[in-house]
Amino acid sequence: MKTDPAGVLTGAHYLDGDFAAGEGAMAAGCRFVAGYPITPSTEVVERIARRFPMMGGTFIQMEDELASMAAVVGASWTGTKSMTVTSGPGFSLMMENIGLAAMMETPCVVVNVQRGGPSTGLPTMTGQADMMQARWGSHGDYELIAMSPKSPQETFDLMIDAFNISEIYRVPVLFMMDECVGHMTEKVIIPPAEEIEIVARKLTDKKPGEYWPYELNGGDIPEFARAGDGYHFHSTGLTHDYRGYPEMSAECQWDCVGHLVNKIHNNVDDIVRFEEEEIEGADVVVLTYGITSRVARLGIEMARDKGIKVGSIRLIVVWPFPEKRIRELAGKIKGFVVPEINLGQMVLEVERCAAGQAPAIGVPHPGGGVHDPNAIVEAIVGAAK
Amino acid sequence: MSAEAETQSAEAETQVEKREVQAEEHPVAPFIRMDRMPHIWCPTCGIGTVVKCYASALENLKLDLDKVAIVSGIGCTGRVAGYMNMDAFHTTHGRAVPFATGLKLGRPELNVTVFSGDGDLSGIGGNHFIHSARRHMDILVILVNNFIYAMTGGQNAPTTPLGANSSTMPFGNFEPPFNLPHLAASCGASYVARWTCLHIRRMTKAFEEGLERKGFRFIEIIAPCSTLYARRNRLGTGLNLLLFFVVFVEIQHGVDTREVGIAFQEKIICGKFVDDEEQTTFLENMNAHYERVLGDKYVSMPPEGGWIHE
Ligand SMILES: Cc1ncc(C[n+]2csc(CCOP(=O)(O)OP(=O)(O)O)c2C)c(N)n1
Ligand code: SF4
Ligand SMILES: [Mg+2]
Repeated sequence: MKTDPAGVLTGAHYLDGDFAAGEGAMAAGCRFVAGYPITPSTEVVERIARRFPMMGGTFIQMEDELASMAAVVGASWTGTKSMTVTSGPGFSLMMENIGLAAMMETPCVVVNVQRGGPSTGLPTMTGQADMMQARWGSHGDYELIAMSPKSPQETFDLMIDAFNISEIYRVPVLFMMDECVGHMTEKVIIPPAEEIEIVARKLTDKKPGEYWPYELNGGDIPEFARAGDGYHFHSTGLTHDYRGYPEMSAECQWDCVGHLVNKIHNNVDDIVRFEEEEIEGADVVVLTYGITSRVARLGIEMARDKGIKVGSIRLIVVWPFPEKRIRELAGKIKGFVVPEINLGQMVLEVERCAAGQAPAIGVPHPGGGVHDPNAIVEAIVGAAK
Repeated sequence: MSAEAETQSAEAETQVEKREVQAEEHPVAPFIRMDRMPHIWCPTCGIGTVVKCYASALENLKLDLDKVAIVSGIGCTGRVAGYMNMDAFHTTHGRAVPFATGLKLGRPELNVTVFSGDGDLSGIGGNHFIHSARRHMDILVILVNNFIYAMTGGQNAPTTPLGANSSTMPFGNFEPPFNLPHLAASCGASYVARWTCLHIRRMTKAFEEGLERKGFRFIEIIAPCSTLYARRNRLGTGLNLLLFFVVFVEIQHGVDTREVGIAFQEKIICGKFVDDEEQTTFLENMNAHYERVLGDKYVSMPPEGGWIHE
C-alpha cells in the first residue's frame, strides 16, 4: 500500500538525524506522537509538532515518559500509527509500558537517541550503552525488534521499515540511534509518496461476536480489531488466553509468553538485517552498528594496510541478533572485533553466538565521544595473531 | 424405590427444570462479559455496585456501545474493564489515564471511561491524574475509593484516613490523605462529584452526566472493602460500612471542595461539586487554536482516527 502523501516531504534536504527520524515517521504514516523533552532526542518531536497539524496528526507533550509510552500504546489500539521519542533516562521510564505493548501485541515505534549513561550521565554527548536495555529492559520474557541507523539518510529509510515491521509482527520496534547520528547533518533524499510502500497491520474481517483478539488461526500473528469498530474485545497485560481473558496458570503462561517469543523466533531469518563487506577469506571480522560503523572504517583500512584480511559486518537490525551468521563465520575466522560506545554489550552476544570457535574482542568506550581508530587497529592486530 | 419416593423425585426434577426455565437474565447482563462470571470480588465488596450503576447509566443513555471504551489500571477495581462488554483495556498500575489519553486522541469519536482504584489513580498515577485534569482531557474518570490498596492486601493508600489502620501503618496512619474532589477541581476538572455505594440512584445519575459531559470528568465513589479495610479496622462487614454511610453521609451540592476532606469514621460529604458545561476540552482547544493560527492549512485528525488504509 502507498503512504499518505501529506506526510512526505519529497526532495533533497540537509537534515540532521533527529529531523530525518521525524520525517521518516511522518512518511511512514505515523499520526500520533506522545513525548517528553530530553536531549539529544527532542528535535525529533519538535519537527513533528511543527508538521503534524498540517497532516491530521496529533502530537501531545505528556507529563513524563511513563505517560508518553502508555499513551502510545493506547493510541495504537485505534489503528493510528504511534511513536514516542526519548533518550536514556526516559527510556528507563518507558520500560514498563514497552512490556505492556509487547504483552498486548501492540505495534509502535520507540526512538532512543542514545547519550552517555548511567543516570543523567552525559546529556549532550553520545553513547551506545542502552543496547542490552533495549533487549532486556522490561521484566519478563518477550521478544521485540531493534534497529540502528548509521546516517540521517538511513534514519529516514529505516524509520519506514521500523513502522512496517512493527505492524507486521505487532511488536514494539526500538529505534536505537545515537547522539552522533542524531545531530549530524547530511543530505537526505525523500522519495515521492508513491514510491513509499507502507504496511498496515492486518485488520480482522471476522464479524463481531466471532472474533477473539489473540486467536492465531494457524498463523504467527493474531488479527487486529481497532477500538471503536464494534468488536467489544478485551486486552490485558495479565497472562491471557486467545480471548484476551486473564488466566493464571503455567499452561496459559506457556501459550501466551511462548507465542510472544516464537512469533519473532519463527521469523528471525526475515527480520535480521546486516551489511557485510570483504567477508570472504577474512581473518578478522569487525562487527559494528550505528555511528561506530563509520568510525571503524578508518581502523579497518589501517589494519588492511598492515596486510591483515579484515571483513566487516554492520548490524542494521540489532535485535533479533544474526545468531546463525555469526556462528557460521566463527568457524572460519581468527576472531571478531566489536567496537561499541559502551563497556561491552553486543560483544557478549557475539561471544555467545561464536560459542568458543573464535574469540570476540571488545573495544570499549564509555561514551562522550567516539573511538580512536588506533584502538580498533590494535584490537584487529591482536585478533589476527 | 417406593411409589411415594418416585413421585417425590419426579417432582424434584420438575422443580429443578422449572427453575432453569425461569432463570432470568440479570438486567445489566448485556453490558457484562457473562462468560467471565463469577467475578473475583469478595462478598459485600462495593465494587460490583459501582459496576451495576455504570452499566445502568450506559443502558439509560442508550449510548452506542461500539463507541464507548473503558480503561482500567491495576487493583481490585482495576478488574472492572475486564468484565465490561465493550472495547476494554486492563493496562499497567497507574497508567490508565495516559493510556486512555492515547485512545481518545487516536480516535477522537470514542467516549472513553477510566475506571480504577484510589491507589492506582491518585497514588502511582497521581501525576497523570492532575495533568489530565489540567489539560481538560476528554475522559470520564471513575475512582473507587475504598481507602486502601486492596488487591495487594490492605496497604496504606494516599486516601487512607488519619488514624485508620493498614498493613503498612499497623499502628494507624499518620499521613494526611488527599481530598480527591478538591484535587480534581483545583486542577481543572469540568465535572466533580462524590457518592457512596449507598447512593445507587444518584451514582447512576452522576455516571449518566459524566458520560454526557465533556472534558475531564471526575466521580469519586466511596466503596466498602469488606475483606481488608473493614476487617482490619474492626468495622464489621461491607454491610456495616453501608449502614455507617446511612448515618454519616451529608449531601451538599455545590459545596466548596476544600470542605470535603474525609476523616476516619466521620461525616462524608457527597454531592455534585462542580458541573461546568461551558468549559472547553483539550481537543476543542487544540482544534480552535490551530484553526485560528494556521487557517486552511490546519488538518485535524478525522473522528475515526488517523489510520491510513486503502
Ligand atoms: C508498578 C506496580 N507496582 C505495584 C503493583 C502492585 N499493586 C497491584 S494493585 C495495587 C494497589 C491497588 O490499589 P487501588 O488502586 O486502591 O485498588 P483496589 O485494589 O483498592 O481496588 C498495587 C500496589 C503493580 N501491579 N505494579
Ligand atoms: S479485597 Fe476489598 S476491594 Fe478487593 S474485592 Fe475484596 S472487598 Fe473488594
Ligand atoms: Mg483502593
